Amino acid sequence: MNTARHTRLSGLEPLVITPDLLFINVGERTNVTGSAQFKKLIKEDRYDEAVEVARQQVENGAQIIDINMDEGLIDSEAAMTRFVNLISSEPDIARVPFMIDSSKWTVIEAGLRCLQGKGIVNSISMKEGEAQFLEHARKVQQYGAAAVVMAFDEQGQADTCARKVEICSRAYELLTKELDFLPEDIIFDPNIFAIATGIEEHNNYAVDFIEATHELKKRFPDCHISGGVSNVSFSFRGNNVVREAIHSVFLYHAIRAGMDMGIVNAGALTIMDDIDPPLRERVEDVVLNRREDATERLLEIADNYKGKRGEAVVETLAWREKPVRERLSHALVHGIDQYVVEDTEEARQLSTRPLDVIEGPLMDGMNVVGDLFGAGKMFLPQVVKSARVMKKAVAYLLPYIEAEKLRTGDTGKNNGKIIMATVKGDVHDIGKNIVGVVLRCNNFEVIDLGVMVPAQKILEAAIAEKADMIGLSGLITPSLEEMSQVAREMQRQDFHIPLLIGGATTSRAHTALKIEPHYKAGTVWVKDASRAVGVAQSLVSKELVDEFLAKVRADYADVRERHRNRGPGKQLVPLSKARTQRFSCDWAAYEPPQPNKPGITVFDEYDLATLRPYIDWTPFFQAWELAGHYPAILTDAVVGTQASELFGDAQAMLDKIVAAKWLTARAVIGLWPAANIGDDVEIYAPSLPPRAEGERGPLLATLHSLRQQVDKPVERPDFCLADFIAPIECGKTDWIGAFAVTAGIGIEEHLARFEADYDDYSSILLKALADRLAEAFAEHMHERVRREFWGFVPDESLGNDELIAEKYRGIRPAPGYPACPDHTEKTALFTLLDVTRNTGIELTEGFAMYPTAAVSGWYYSHPESQYFVVGRLGKDQVEDYARRKGWTLAEAERWLASNLDYDPE
Amino acid sequence: MSTLPWLHPERVALLEQALRRRILILDGGMGTMLQAHELDEHGFRGERFEHGHDDHVHAHEHPAHEHPGSCDLKGNNDLLTLTRPEIIRSVHEAYLEAGADLVETNTFNSTRISQADYQLQHLAHELNLEGARLARAACDAMTAKTPHQPRFVIGVLGPTSRTASLSPDVNDPGFRNVTFEELAENYTESANGLIDGGADVIMVETIFDTLNAKAALFALSELFHQRGARMPVMISGTITDRSGRTLSGQTAEAFYYSVRHARPLSVGFNCALGAEDLRPHVQTLSSIAESYVSTHPNAGLPNAFGEYDESPEHMADIIGGFARDGLLNLVGGCCGTTPAHIKAIAEAVRNHPPRALPGTVSKAA
Repeated sequence: MNTARHTRLSGLEPLVITPDLLFINVGERTNVTGSAQFKKLIKEDRYDEAVEVARQQVENGAQIIDINMDEGLIDSEAAMTRFVNLISSEPDIARVPFMIDSSKWTVIEAGLRCLQGKGIVNSISMKEGEAQFLEHARKVQQYGAAAVVMAFDEQGQADTCARKVEICSRAYELLTKELDFLPEDIIFDPNIFAIATGIEEHNNYAVDFIEATHELKKRFPDCHISGGVSNVSFSFRGNNVVREAIHSVFLYHAIRAGMDMGIVNAGALTIMDDIDPPLRERVEDVVLNRREDATERLLEIADNYKGKRGEAVVETLAWREKPVRERLSHALVHGIDQYVVEDTEEARQLSTRPLDVIEGPLMDGMNVVGDLFGAGKMFLPQVVKSARVMKKAVAYLLPYIEAEKLRTGDTGKNNGKIIMATVKGDVHDIGKNIVGVVLRCNNFEVIDLGVMVPAQKILEAAIAEKADMIGLSGLITPSLEEMSQVAREMQRQDFHIPLLIGGATTSRAHTALKIEPHYKAGTVWVKDASRAVGVAQSLVSKELVDEFLAKVRADYADVRERHRNRGPGKQLVPLSKARTQRFSCDWAAYEPPQPNKPGITVFDEYDLATLRPYIDWTPFFQAWELAGHYPAILTDAVVGTQASELFGDAQAMLDKIVAAKWLTARAVIGLWPAANIGDDVEIYAPSLPPRAEGERGPLLATLHSLRQQVDKPVERPDFCLADFIAPIECGKTDWIGAFAVTAGIGIEEHLARFEADYDDYSSILLKALADRLAEAFAEHMHERVRREFWGFVPDESLGNDELIAEKYRGIRPAPGYPACPDHTEKTALFTLLDVTRNTGIELTEGFAMYPTAAVSGWYYSHPESQYFVVGRLGKDQVEDYARRKGWTLAEAERWLASNLDYDPE
Repeated sequence: MSTLPWLHPERVALLEQALRRRILILDGGMGTMLQAHELDEHGFRGERFEHGHDDHVHAHEHPAHEHPGSCDLKGNNDLLTLTRPEIIRSVHEAYLEAGADLVETNTFNSTRISQADYQLQHLAHELNLEGARLARAACDAMTAKTPHQPRFVIGVLGPTSRTASLSPDVNDPGFRNVTFEELAENYTESANGLIDGGADVIMVETIFDTLNAKAALFALSELFHQRGARMPVMISGTITDRSGRTLSGQTAEAFYYSVRHARPLSVGFNCALGAEDLRPHVQTLSSIAESYVSTHPNAGLPNAFGEYDESPEHMADIIGGFARDGLLNLVGGCCGTTPAHIKAIAEAVRNHPPRALPGTVSKAA
């Protein structure tokens, strides 16, 4: 008979608290009283970013998230309602239960009224007497939630063990006898108070909590014990190393006593064993109140740990005293390459074969790195640095291994061999290189074929190398179609090795719908570098592969099934109707701005120092899989340390890039008379602008735009870029602009230099920085165009934040991006500006630009022009577009594949 | 709350006795049966609304364009309770004849919010009261004929036409067009009508959005608290498609944990899917629920014409499998099902024992 009383909570998914979960992490960052950053976001009405804080909590392993809006200057009820409604709409946040946290009952009720799942109320107590307590508890039952019951009564908050137990026991009796409240829905919070405050009465607070926990768990085994852990270390605020050590020690003992839930910063818990031993001893003295001078003794050494977050200042070169094996492991985990050659040599002399060094201490160290990364305790930049250390060690050993091989024929083993390539037509490879590094760290042999690799070359390499799998990467949308082609080709040539798909525009849905059906032997989409190892290991493991692929297949079949069964969704409107709902303005009253400098302007060797302040850093961190907005990310609780370190490295390299002119920036811009005809824009020679009544100068090019077909209310237009240019009939000369910029000229020699030095970290860093400089260049050039060359806002002065937030007049949409998803329109842009001759940027057959650190696009000046997403296209528009472009329908469907609202024949 | 006494203890005792003995039969679809009458606008309006407004309400109290009932009323099936009670009663009777132990009141859309679509929000209480009375009369007459098989009235609270945890505006995910409080007020009004009209059980059904259901359950518990007595509550969710989730995104298990606090008599799934596709989700409930488990699926998935065409035999065959595997306590039909389906289902489950409740249930029910 099943009589276990497990607490059963739910968000979109269930959370049953069984004893094997040991300890439930409740995320604390979405709490205005605990997080200054979150408070700022809510106060400034930046709810989008506040939602990201919640998402990060869940991604970092919070099993429940605590939400608190108690702040004098915030309308807490409204904020609670709005925030809970917002995160309820995000499936990857809403999958976990929510804890509604407030000291005001009305705020709690506001939260409960938005909760479809079973959450937790934090908290109710007897501070205003039994009647109020029971009334609140009854409401909690009616709303269907569990409750945190605080050890608080009419006399105040309980501080001693005896009082904590007495109050909680009384609350239990009331709840279960008067109300039939389920014991498993009671979570006691026996109050965690600050210790080591210098006040003697506070010294025993942690012990009181731990002992009360022990007693309560014994009396009420079905109930849970929780608490706000960071309170305990409050007196050490400003010293995170000591605070985290106190949290770890406190939790270690409290969990053993029966504490099974806690409000914590899930990403920042130190493991007991990792605490510096002298610190750990003194922290334990304080937490367990073991000696009278415990606080003084901890204070004595606390300052030694103050400094950089998560890094003890006292820890300097102590690790150099350890045995060589541990030194290598330390160097790998911490990414220190300074001593790696001498340590490797020492290890080699101690080994019988040079290969033993790799298969022994080096792989052991990398396994630690892999485990920490897999567990979310290390971040990508650290892993790439670890790989640099590994590569240097391996490079040092290589001649010895070769010699050994000649002697014995022994070649050693690796996990498996993978062919990786960026597909034909595409040149983007940062993500692919990162995946390569991470796989190599995990002892896979990675054969990287580079960029723009044709299908046949990939397949030939796979056969020649006897590869265990193939990994394809790509960034631009035409690459999706190319990946599908590779899959077909693998099927046709009877391949049997798995195919991995990755890259920013790829997705599980696309892989399931468009790639996997073409290849029988197994196709797996890999979300990001952190998943690559798990996938590759499952695929090479004889025990795991069948089950893994079966699961993936079932999963993708399910995606296809859901795609087929997807409801009517939002129906598109016919193109004809969308056209009647076009954006328009009073053209008769509108005076298009005339440019100061019509025609083409070329910029050679642009000063990089000028571009530097225009860098938008947030995408830079994204490239390294660090989530968060700049500059908040630098102080982020989870990734802050890593982000700061990476940012420091980036600044140092930027100094060199600028000072030593590693890179050359070039640009070309142009401004021409233009007129809107239907969904197209005609561009004329600057000397002969079109006049009304049919008299037009020579046509330089026709731009083709795509129109939204979303069913919108009449007052909201179905946007199309062409609409932002004055129509030919209005008889006024409007203008359009174009630009192409690059900051990547000359990058190759530096990349080659890093590669020769086995330094993937610097290589990836340089590419990412070049990309950022190109984007900064586009931003800067656009500003100059608005102020000088076109000059419609001569006195504009916007800060970089405002530029990033697109506060300027006009837009600069890029072909291949949401407002104009057709990449082939770059042909017209390249011809008009003679881009390749003027800047050196080349266009691949897939319409990617090389160097990759390049941006091109159009300038529109209309004050009401705006960025938008064209979204899905009906067949009527695709047919119409094909006609305008002189394409067959099939060609149009191929280039617009990602936007089709239908499955083409 | 569960500590309150029952409002009709003797009827609850009879129902629980029957539930312990066998799988009970719910009725089938109402809409399908009404379509057969091919009622036009005039047919829906009856005498009371034939003048283009509600003759029971003084027209001069309302501006011309918003007379109660001044818009088309065709399709407002719940209104037939008032305008064509004999048709509704005959549908109840047909299902009782087919073997249904419980019939559902014709009140799926009888909430203020849903009736507002017809400018008939003032009828919400009346529709529920009369809906329950009609079903009560049909059940009592049948019980008199077959005293060994007492029949029960399920007062139905539908989902309303709005969702409390989904935004109708794709550009503003935080927006809601209905609040928990509004829903709770709606459900309080409707449930009062059902209880006063003589319902034996209240069922919150076709739950697309669990938050709507939680508002209904909140309203019921508040109502029971005020009346000092409670009624058994049945809860039936809807898995909207083969993704296996409710419209608001919950899995079957998460759904159950979200409504379990109401300590329902039964929990189950209905509508949207046919029996075959519902099976895994019913199975999930069956393995975790402390309460009885119900299901009333559609007659398959809609065909190309939007009609349901799973035959009584086919549906009964699948449901017979549910019963054989011990998943069920109550079963009936939803969209597209007819008395023939119910009869076939009753036959198919007759010889299978009901699902046994897990050990904790004597407390939970």
